Order: sequence, then structure tokens, then C-alpha cells
Amino acid sequence: MTTATLTKTETAGAALPRRRRGDGRVALAFLAPVLIGFAAFYVYPAVRGAWYSLTDWNLLSEPGFVGLDNYAELVGDPLFWNSLKVTAYYVVLTVGMQIVAGLGLAALMHRLTRSLVLRSLLVVPWLVPNVTSALLWMWLLDANLGFFNHLLVSLGLDNQGFLTSPGLAMPSVAAINAWGATGYTTLLLYAGMLLVPRQIYEAAALDGTGEVRQFFRITLPLLRPILAFVLVVSLIDSFQLFDAVAVTTKGGPVDATRVVYFYIYEEAFTHFKMGYASALALSLVLILGLLTFVQMRLLRASRSDLA
Amino acid sequence: MSAPVSMSAPVGVGAPASVGRRRLRRLPAWICLILALGISLFPLWWMLRTAITPGPELPSDNAGLLPRHPTLINFERVLGLVSRDEARAAGGSGANLSFFLYLRNSVVYTGLITCAQTIFCAMAGYAFARLRFRGRDALFNVFVAALMVPPIFTLLPNFALVKQLGWLNTYQGLVAPSLLVTPFAVFFLRQFFLGIPRDVEQAAFIDGAGPWTIFWRVVLPMTKGPLFTLALTTAVWTWNDYLWPLLVAPGEDTRVLTAALGIFLKQSPNTSPDWTGLMAGSALSVVPVLLLVVFFGRRLVDSIQFSGMKG
Repeated sequence: MTTATLTKTETAGAALPRRRRGDGRVALAFLAPVLIGFAAFYVYPAVRGAWYSLTDWNLLSEPGFVGLDNYAELVGDPLFWNSLKVTAYYVVLTVGMQIVAGLGLAALMHRLTRSLVLRSLLVVPWLVPNVTSALLWMWLLDANLGFFNHLLVSLGLDNQGFLTSPGLAMPSVAAINAWGATGYTTLLLYAGMLLVPRQIYEAAALDGTGEVRQFFRITLPLLRPILAFVLVVSLIDSFQLFDAVAVTTKGGPVDATRVVYFYIYEEAFTHFKMGYASALALSLVLILGLLTFVQMRLLRASRSDLA
Repeated sequence: MSAPVSMSAPVGVGAPASVGRRRLRRLPAWICLILALGISLFPLWWMLRTAITPGPELPSDNAGLLPRHPTLINFERVLGLVSRDEARAAGGSGANLSFFLYLRNSVVYTGLITCAQTIFCAMAGYAFARLRFRGRDALFNVFVAALMVPPIFTLLPNFALVKQLGWLNTYQGLVAPSLLVTPFAVFFLRQFFLGIPRDVEQAAFIDGAGPWTIFWRVVLPMTKGPLFTLALTTAVWTWNDYLWPLLVAPGEDTRVLTAALGIFLKQSPNTSPDWTGLMAGSALSVVPVLLLVVFFGRRLVDSIQFSGMKG
């Protein structure tokens, strides 16, 4: 530590002293494990995946080259388009629920308390494995013995098949995952709110601005960059919905929850159409890439107003 | 990290004039907050409550906050501690369940990946942040690009690869794709290493230490805390992982908890699932999570808030 203070003045702000030949060989040692893993389980499978998408393959025989047949099939496959539609519906529902609930909770915490215990408790559902929360909610929403139907009946309402009726299944799945993710979203937004200087609120309070108005006029606009970040993260995350559907509805009733991830999984491992599943997966890569690109462009317009 | 910020008092607290009236006005807000906490935690209570209800009594005893005759039989039977007949009498389907084994597999799977991945990705992140070599930025951009690729695209060929290697239902097949690297950790750690001051490293360099020594003897010990926090997040993700373990290692000896729960549900009759057993198994999968919150609550909360600050 003493040497640190000694040399600080000599090289302050500069990069590590330049070496004549660079650190090529050392860097290779540092990077070796990661490069091996990346080549074997990211690059190589990406190439193979692209190749499979041009073949007809059932996992057992040799893949047979079929050119662009899989892509031609995909364009005319109503289930594929349905899966995209259903996924988009899910994404809008679950991200909407998370952000509205997360904003509300974060704002309440921001105004009321700094309790670490409260924050830790709120984040517990996020730590529960997806499979567990899906099972748990499947039980809570069970048509016969489930707690929620018990509640409905005791309020004088009718039993609902939350996960078995085509209209309710997707909102139910979205709510299940929103339950899991809201605590996480809340903490991200809360962290963002802590960055807003309190003088702004004090000035607003002196001017007689009410709490609700402060939220919409101060908190929300200044939170924009973090809101955008949360939006991107939860959008990409939600596109990968699989666990909850695989446990609760298995794509049903009548394709109402057959999201794209689950559809790809079924094609590959239930129908053993590996080639077609790869074509679906590669299309998803392109779609998500396009979405990310659009989001990046939009994000650029939302730099912090605090900076 | 976020400690100094989170220490500050809530906005507006401590104004002496009308504390009483302010408190009263804030009552509805507090009620909302407590309600949200209830919605977050009640399902978990319901899980435990169902797990300690005797199976045959569940159809008639599924409304109160506590079961009429609490029992541990459901935990005993999912852990494989009672005979098959006893398990069936308590509402089981007769299928063999040994959650001790699945718990062990989950711990091994999570432990191996968390330790190896954190170390290897820290090495790579450090190289990208501090070392100079040709093609560094291009290579790093490849990792960033990999972040955008949905995992299912590589999952299909990886499954084929593991199958061709004859690694289905083995530990090496289970851990292979994530043991060495995940692009997110490389990305995150590079950003992290870029953000820490260079003074100490420079001092060590002046003293004649090479990059290897600097990394292991100076940087790693200095950044233990944040690395541990990242490892916590990795552990949570790995613990929750479902699709990959279900595909490659569904066999009894390598089955992890999440896969076991999915398989348990499949084996249970469709019309009347074995809810008490399922909830007992579910409760077991949450125990480690609760331990994390109890022991490392602050670190977890900080790590999430920290990633928010960077956004």
C-alpha cells in the first residue's frame, strides 16, 4: 500500500506502462479456458445449428440436406406465427405487470423506508426456481382445490379454470412470472430513484407539489434511462419463456400458451424434427437481433437527464 | 457499491412541523407496501402449509391458514425415508422419490459451475480490461454479440454434441456448456475491472510483478467481495436452471432438483396430482434460497441494485 502512494504521482491517470511487445502470450493464458469453452459450446454449435437448419434430421439417422425447405415450411406454418403472436402477448402482459407494480412499489419504498429486511423479503420470489413457482401457482390456481378458487367461491363468485381456459391461461402464466420478477424489477427501479437528488423533492415540496404529482413530474422523467434498461432486460428475458409453460399448460389450451421457446422445444424433442427446430431457433435469433437493434436506437434517445 | 446511497434517510423524513399528520397521511401507502409484501410471501406460506397437510385430508382441509393435523410425512416420503406402502397411504403414486439425491446433484451442479465459471470469467474479464494484445476489442465484441443470442439456438446442437459424446446422464455432460464460460460474466467482469482504480496494480508492476502475479496476488484478493456477489447471482441462476438438466441428465443419478420436480409432476396422476408431495419437494428447492437471503441478504440486494445503477 505504501508503494501505491509513492508511484501514484508518477503514473496517475495513465494506462499500465506500455510494454514493447504487448501481452499476447500472457493474455492467451488468461483467456485459454474461456476461449476453449466458447469455441466448443458457443461457436461450434452456432455453426452446427445453422447447418442443421438446412437439413432434415430426427436425431438418430444422418442429417439429410434439404436446402431451404425448412424455411419455406416455417413461413407457411400457422403454429409458428401463432407462437410469435402468443409470445408477444405474453411479453406485453408480463412486462407491463412487472413495470407497473415495480414502479409503484419502488416509489412507495423510496418515500417511506430504507429497510433492508423489506427489500430482501421482496426479492425472495425472484430467487425461487421458475419450476417451483410454476408448480406452486398451479396448485394455488387449481380449478378444484386451489386457494384462489376457494377465495372466489367464498366471495360468491364462480370457480375459474385459470390455467385451463383459453382466455385466462396466458394472463395467468404472465401473472405467475410477474410474481417472480417484480421484486427484482422493484429493486432496479428503486436503485434508480436513489440517484435522484433529494433537493429536487425538497424544492417541489416547498412549492406545495403533492406526492402523486412529484412522482409523475420528477421521479418518472428522471428515471427514464433506468426504465429503458429494465424494459430491455425484461423483454429479452420474457421472450425466453419456457419453464412455466412446460410445467403448467404445456402449450395448451388450444395453443393459447404455445410460446416460441416451447414450440421449438416440442419440435426438437417431442417430434424429433431437429432440422426444423433449428430453422425456428435461427429465425428467433434474427427476430431478437432486430428487436435489440431497434431498442438500442430508441435507447440512445433516452440518456440521463441528471448527467 | 451502493452502500453510501442506501444509507441516506428516506426523502422528507424528519421535518419537525407536522410529523403526526404526515404519518397518518402515509398510512395508506404503508398498507399498500405491506399488501405487496403479503402477495410476495403468502404463496410460499401456502406451499409449506400444503406440504405439512396429510395427503388424504387435503380435499377436505384446504382453506385454513394451518392444517388441522400437521405432519412431516410428505417430507419423509419425498426424501425416500418411508416404505413405498406408507408413501402410497399418504397420497403418493408409488413412484420412487429420493430428493436427498436430487438435492446433492443440484448442489454439485451449482457448486461446480459457480466456482469454475467465476474464476475463468474473471481471468478473461481481467485480460480484456487490462492486457494489451492484438484483436482484443474484436474478440470482446464477439462475446458481446453472443450475449444477444437466445440460448435455445446453441442448446439444440449442444444437446446433439453431448449425446454424440455419450455424455447423457453424466456430470460432465451436465456441466460442460457452462463450466468454462458464460458471455455475460465475461462482459460484466470486464466492465467491473475497468472501473476499479489501477494504483495498486501499478505499484505491484513497478515492484516487478507480472500480470499473472498481479491478478492472483493483488487483484483477486482486492475484489473478493464483488466477485462473491457475482458468484451468488450465478449460483441462483444455475440452481434455477431447468431445460438443460431435464434434457441431458434426467436419469436418477444425475437428476437435479428442478428436473426432479418436473418429472415428479409428470409421474403424478393428471386428474389429482399429488399436491402435498409436490409442495414438500418444492419447499425443499426453496430452502437454499432462503438460506441465501438470511446470510447474504445485503449482498444480494446490493448486487441487484448495482446492476440497476449501471443501466
